[in-house]
Amino acid sequence: MEFTLSPLGDGAIIIKIGDTIEPDSRLKIQSITSALDASAPTWLTEYIPAFTTVTVFYNLMNFNSKHPYDAACYELSHILRELRINSECEKFLVEIPVYYGNEFGPDLKYVADYNSLTIDEVIRIHTEAVYEVNMIGFAPGFPFLSGMSEKIAVPRKSSPRLSVPARSVGIAGLQTGIYPIETPGGWQIIGRTPTPLFRPDEEIPSLLHAGNKVKFNRISLQEYMQLEVVDE
Amino acid sequence: MINVQKPGMLTTIQDSGRHGFQKFGVIASGPMDTLAYRVANILVRNDENDAVLEITLTGPTLHFEEDMLLAICGGDLSPAIDGIPIRMWRPVFITKGSQLTFGQCKCGLRSYLAIAGGFNIPVVMNSKSTYLRAEIGGYKGRALRKGDCLTVGTSRRITNSFCRTLDGEQTTYLFKEPGWSVSSNLIPPYGKSRPIRVIKGPQFHLFSELSRRHLVNSKFEVTTQSDRMGYRLNGPKLSLKKEAELISEAVSFGTIQVPPDGNPIVLMADRQTTGGYPKIGQVATIDLPLLAQAKPGDMLEFTIVTLEEAQNLFMKKEREIQQLKKGISLIIKEGEL
Repeated sequence: MEFTLSPLGDGAIIIKIGDTIEPDSRLKIQSITSALDASAPTWLTEYIPAFTTVTVFYNLMNFNSKHPYDAACYELSHILRELRINSECEKFLVEIPVYYGNEFGPDLKYVADYNSLTIDEVIRIHTEAVYEVNMIGFAPGFPFLSGMSEKIAVPRKSSPRLSVPARSVGIAGLQTGIYPIETPGGWQIIGRTPTPLFRPDEEIPSLLHAGNKVKFNRISLQEYMQLEVVDE
Repeated sequence: MINVQKPGMLTTIQDSGRHGFQKFGVIASGPMDTLAYRVANILVRNDENDAVLEITLTGPTLHFEEDMLLAICGGDLSPAIDGIPIRMWRPVFITKGSQLTFGQCKCGLRSYLAIAGGFNIPVVMNSKSTYLRAEIGGYKGRALRKGDCLTVGTSRRITNSFCRTLDGEQTTYLFKEPGWSVSSNLIPPYGKSRPIRVIKGPQFHLFSELSRRHLVNSKFEVTTQSDRMGYRLNGPKLSLKKEAELISEAVSFGTIQVPPDGNPIVLMADRQTTGGYPKIGQVATIDLPLLAQAKPGDMLEFTIVTLEEAQNLFMKKEREIQQLKKGISLIIKEGEL
């Protein structure tokens, strides 16, 4: 597998597999992270995977070298050279129940009007697709999803909201996603899920992972209330 | 037990940070000034990763219900015990019933209070650091408030043996502090205007020639929209040679990213894990404490150094910190009760 190594400041190295997102990018990235997990070198404090890069944070003092960057690159190359690209394993499908509209989806009507659709049609199109998680990042458990129909695409809000409630489902441009925690945000909010995406008490605190398939399911307000975990 | 009589502007529990979870989008948090944080722990013979209080601008008023050994490092926020100033950058033994207050911000912005034995705080995802936005970690996931009670694992053996070594040093009956302190060359030159050393960022070459010159020739003001997440700077606008759609990738503590409006943001302890803005530079780790102690209104200058220079400086500082650790272990011994 082709890759380049370059520094991110004096404490990290960017492993890059390409400049554009290709169909096999995600699998290559997962192969790299699997290899890093398997070798778990002591000098590696953690890594952050993205679309076409994995950034590795390293402890300079572990190498006993005047040139720790070079030493780390040498070790990293070794690990990556041995690499086998993961065969695509079964992709888990995660179903996300969503209550659409009203108070939980204040921008749903906007999305419908913008695309000359009815609200029901927007919901149908949003729930029809099977999305893929390309990466987790930006916020805890936040999934970057691909596969949304351009029929329901809308621009971001010109003035972002100061606060978007946790578990809000939104659309911005051609992307759809879910806010795992309350943050400011400029996405058009169309609904909310009772399912937590971020679980700080679990060993793996993110519900979703790169490679998962995601499907949204429409639920009623009553079902939402039943499913919602009472806040700690 | 420590009672919080006044919380101060933003006082949070921080340990070395939440590591290993950034791949799930969980931010690292941790101290803004890692040097002051580590030295404070070393001075009371704590583990270097133990939790401390990060104190911002206006400090808290704390009441101590037991004898404790503490150390305060970082910016000078005028700490005092029962009204009498105590000195920083050294361990100080204080007696039961003491009240710690802070006053005028004389230098810097953030101060770190370490207590021998550390703080008893639940661990969330391997760390005691406070993740304010997600309301997890630290003390109940938030900054301290009036009425809060902190329990400490007071290390009595260390406290008493050190106290004995202080008999004979200059003391008052309220507290005992040694005449010595951390050597001044270990302490970063807070507040002395000195260019901050920066390594070229991954997208440095995508910026216009003019922007690259602005970075090192201009002064940038720290705006009021500066916090634990990032410092927003005001100065000449920086721009790319031509528009580019960048793919999101990891960022780090010290990343200088430039959004479309041209105003650089230096990412700090509570930064998000990834970003899609071009990165013009990366602050050298050795100079991050200088940023952590800069406040709104301060003017910053940058200078470019090579990766090698930055790493050499880092390793030199690490060796100095290890020497301090050895020195402290000789002075403060774990003795008998």
